[in-house]
This record gives sequence, C-alpha cells and structure tokens, in this order.
Amino acid sequence: MVATTEVIYQRPDSFTDVHTHYCPGCTHGIAHRLIAEVLDEMGLREQTIGVAPVGCSVFAYRYFKMDFVEAAHGRAPAMATGIKRVLPKNTVFTYQGDGDLASIGMAEIMHAAGRGENITVIFINNAIYGMTGGQMAPTTLPGMKTTSSPFGRDVEMAGYPIRMAEILATLDGTGYVVRRSLHNAPNIRKAKKAIRLAFETQQRGLGFSMVELLSSCPTNWKLDAQAALDFVADQMIPVFPLGDYKVNPALESLKV
Amino acid sequence: MAKEFLKGNHAFAEAAIRAGVEAFYGYPITPSTEFLEYMSKRLPALGRAFVQAESEVAAINMVYGAACTGKRVMTASSSPGVSLMMEGISYIAGTEVPAVVVNVMRGGPGLGNIAPSQGDYYQMVKGGGHGDYFPIVLAPASVQEAIDYIGLAFDLADKYRSIVHVIVDGNMGQMMEPAELPPMREIPETAPDWAVRGAKGREPNILTSIYIDPADEEVTNLRLLKRWKEIEKNEVLYKEYDLDDAEILVIGFGTAGRVASSAIREAREIGIKVGLLRPITLAPFPSERLLELTDQVKRILVVEMNSGMMLDDVMKIVKGKVPVEFYGRMGGMTPLPDELFDEIQRVSQNTGPGAEDPREDWIPRLEKIIAGEK
Repeated sequence: MVATTEVIYQRPDSFTDVHTHYCPGCTHGIAHRLIAEVLDEMGLREQTIGVAPVGCSVFAYRYFKMDFVEAAHGRAPAMATGIKRVLPKNTVFTYQGDGDLASIGMAEIMHAAGRGENITVIFINNAIYGMTGGQMAPTTLPGMKTTSSPFGRDVEMAGYPIRMAEILATLDGTGYVVRRSLHNAPNIRKAKKAIRLAFETQQRGLGFSMVELLSSCPTNWKLDAQAALDFVADQMIPVFPLGDYKVNPALESLKV
Repeated sequence: MAKEFLKGNHAFAEAAIRAGVEAFYGYPITPSTEFLEYMSKRLPALGRAFVQAESEVAAINMVYGAACTGKRVMTASSSPGVSLMMEGISYIAGTEVPAVVVNVMRGGPGLGNIAPSQGDYYQMVKGGGHGDYFPIVLAPASVQEAIDYIGLAFDLADKYRSIVHVIVDGNMGQMMEPAELPPMREIPETAPDWAVRGAKGREPNILTSIYIDPADEEVTNLRLLKRWKEIEKNEVLYKEYDLDDAEILVIGFGTAGRVASSAIREAREIGIKVGLLRPITLAPFPSERLLELTDQVKRILVVEMNSGMMLDDVMKIVKGKVPVEFYGRMGGMTPLPDELFDEIQRVSQNTGPGAEDPREDWIPRLEKIIAGEK
C-alpha cells in the first residue's frame, strides 16, 4: 500500500504568513479568511486593491497578500471610489466596522452605494466599538451595556440601532446587498457564498455590493467566545435579520 | 500656441488637464465652482475620471485613493471646503503620495462671504491638517501664472511625493484675461514603483499613514523634514520688480502683490525708489532673498488681503534689521492701487523706528478708511 496525503486545509494564497492581532474568539479572522478564499478561488489576488478602515481591523493590510491602502475613519468608500474610477479593471474592496461604516462614514457609504460604485464592501457589524475599548456603536442593541451606555442603550436618549443592509438596498445603485452571520459553521458557509457573489457582482459591473456580517466581540461584550457567538444568534439576529435585501437578477442564476 | 481670452477657473482646469491630470474629485463651492463644472465636461470626454463627491471630505478622500495609484489627481475648492479637506490632506501628507489642491480663497472665517481673500495663508502655508508635515504652496498672481504653476504643482507633487497647494483668490478664479495654454502632455504608461495597481508579479504595496510604533513615526517625520529641507533648497520661486535701486521694499503675494506692482509703477513716476518682492512659493518662502534685501532697503511694507499672516513670516526673517510696516484689507476686500500708492508714499516719508507689531499702526489707518475718512 502506498501512503498518500491530501491537503484539505491550508493558508490561502491571498494571506500573508503572519499571526493576526485579533482577540481570541473574535470573528474578524473568519471574515478575513473567507475573503482570502474567495479571491483565491476567483483568481483575483493580483488585481485586487483592498481598503482598510479605522477600527480593530486597521491592520487588515498586514494579513492580506495584495496591494492595500489604509483609509481615514469612515472614508474607505470614498477612497475606494477614487481608486476604482482610475483603475476600473481592478477589483477594489473595503473592509469596515460598524462605527466606521454606519457612524462617521455614513455619508461616504450612502453615496458610494447611491452612485453605484462598482466596489465591494465587507461590513463587520459587532454592535460595538472594539478598538477604542467598547463604546456604543450605531448598531448597539437597545439595552446593551457599553462603556458609553453603561446602563444599557437607552433608546430615548441614544436612539435605535441602524440597519445598514436594509437602508442601502433601497438605493438603485446597489447590485447586491445581504446580511449574513459568522456565529456557526453553516452560517459561515453562507457568508462565504455571499462574499463570492459580492465579488462576482463587481466582476460583472453590476454596481455596489455589500455583505454585512454579524460578528462577535467577546472582549468588549465581556463574554467568553461561545457565549459571544450565542449572543449573535440569540440577541443580534432578531434585531438584524439575516437575508438578501438586494440581488441583481443577473446574479440569481449564478451557482457558486 | 496663441493667447486666448480665458476665465480663471476654466483656464486652471484646462492647465491641469494638459499637465496630465487623470482624475478630478470635487464639490461645488463659490468662487471655485466653474473649475468643477469645466472638469465635468472635459474629463469624461477624454476618458478620464470625474466625480462630483457628496462633500469635500469625500472628495479629498477620493483624491487620496487615486493618488495611491500613482496617477495625477487633484481637487479644487474654496476656503470652507478646504477646511473640510484638511483631514484628507494630512493623510495624503502622511502617506507620502502626490496630489494637488487648488484653493480659490474667499472671505472668512466661518461662512464669511464669496469675495476674494488671502485669509487662508496660515491654514495653507503652515499645514492646516494635523501632524508634522510641510505642504508646498504656490501663489500665482495672474491667470497665466496659475496655468504655468498648476503644471509645476503636479511636477513638484510627483518629485517629492508631496501635497502641493495652489492658492489663488476669488479675483483670479473669476476674472478673464489673455493667457496661453501649454500643449497636452502624454500620460505616463508605467506606474511609480510604490503605487497600488494590483500586486501582479511583485510583492504587495501597502500605502498607509499609520506608524503605530512611535519610533517608526519619528523616522517618518524625520524623512518628511529632510525632504522639506531639500525642497527649501531647490524650489523657492519669486518675482522681483524695480528692486535694483529700491529703498522701499513692498512684499505681497497673489492679487495683493499684483495690485502693489501697479502702485509701485505710479510711485516710481514721482521718484520714490520702491520695488516689489512677490513670493511665488509661500512655502518654501524666499527667505534668503528677503534677508539679502534687508541689507539694501531702508523700510519694508507688507501688503496682504488678510490681517497680516505673511507679515509674521517676514518679521521672523527681517528680525528688526529694517522697520517693517503693514497694510492689509480683510473680509473679502481687495486693496485698490491708489490705496497702496498712498501707503507707499506714507512709508517713504516715515523715518521713525519700526513697531514691534506693525498691525498696531495699521489698525487706526484701516479704521479711518472703513469710516470713509480717507
């Protein structure tokens, strides 16, 4: 008998060979990996330009083996617009958190989507500001305790969470806008398919694409890793329902 | 090429196109709007990029993105809009990518008005955005000069991977005068080696302004400073008028300098030995030439359309060797040649010691003018 080995799992080519700085139990690593796998599968690594945000993923460019720029807080969609308009054949994506995209960068994301910029946005929604140490985000759930809503988000005082996927889907410039979750394996597989479709949207010139990924932040939620994933499933999904909010008909027949 | 009768903002935009600008991202604001309008028509016709952004904040960040691709990119705005752009300008400086910003300045602070001003001198010349960086600042005084120096601005931006500001006031954006446009330059086919255009067959390029380790940031700050010292050595530009035998030196930039040159001609006619130093580069400032002139002239008059901002730089260089006086109009008021002629005449007769702050003597004179007493 001849022993054979088969590689069933390895670091994607679109990754660099370094450890990330993310906390244990954080889902940024999963989101990064899904993007890298998709870019590998589509053979896009060498033509892709990533735009990193300000937030926990500020150093995203260290982990992807491709050209990358680092935007100011919230401005990634504007920066991506500037790049894509002069390099229309390249693949351009932004990676943004909820403070970056839904608070300080609200104007930039809305208008990039409104213009139908042919870029892909990966939106990490973990309902909190991670890097600055757990302050209230525009997506923080009602009643949720953060360091700047210490008695729980009081909607009378601090308003309600903002549902970005639903809002952006109303804009005619969008080609693909969906929300997925990273809290367990079946959902991670669905998230990967969505990321693939988002990049396919860009490849086909069908307009703005965004995948919102419900993510966990055990450190700032002050939960262990499993409890944080349960929080996504039990508390976040009811407020941020998973689903396809906009799918260009040209994508519907696409099997990925 | 022959001279044409050109509107300032249109001419500046066409000059940028001929210098090879591949993208313009902007937001409408008076008195620079015609710049954007012109680009919205011309750039798509040439297959180049134009976006009317949702704000000046977005516009400058689009500029930042395109600058990272190594293509020539610019924006144009006016004072309040440029304030909004300061965030992106600091990032562009910190990332060491080239970009050109044209500021058609208007009266301020705040909403101010839409009349011509030089009140953004500090903001443009001293940085304006956060952090340790040094913008190159060009201040043309005619439509022709603006055409010429917008081309130069792109060359300097590329040469030093620097932000370059071209500052004019609303007069120049709005006026029409004869000028000659340069021929269309070829767009380079190759990318600079630092540009992001996809890591095909090479290691990835990362463009960022973050240096999380202070030791690395310090090295970056030092690199920027040493580059600035090179710029100071190589790129100073100014124009001189009637300085050979001058005893009175007038210093003014942009429109104020141009109005002063008319007043000087008039003053020469009545025998006043007066000349003009008109800085083209406000940063780097023509310090060396000014220092030389302090050995020659008996008195200096600084003329500006602000409260005496360049004046502070002049005082720092002159160091009390020669008395310095000041005349400024503010708030969107442009001085008339007659006003400056009167000032030159007054200064030529004044033999008193220089004031520590020349504004102190100027304020009551301006108050009289505002009251219509003069």
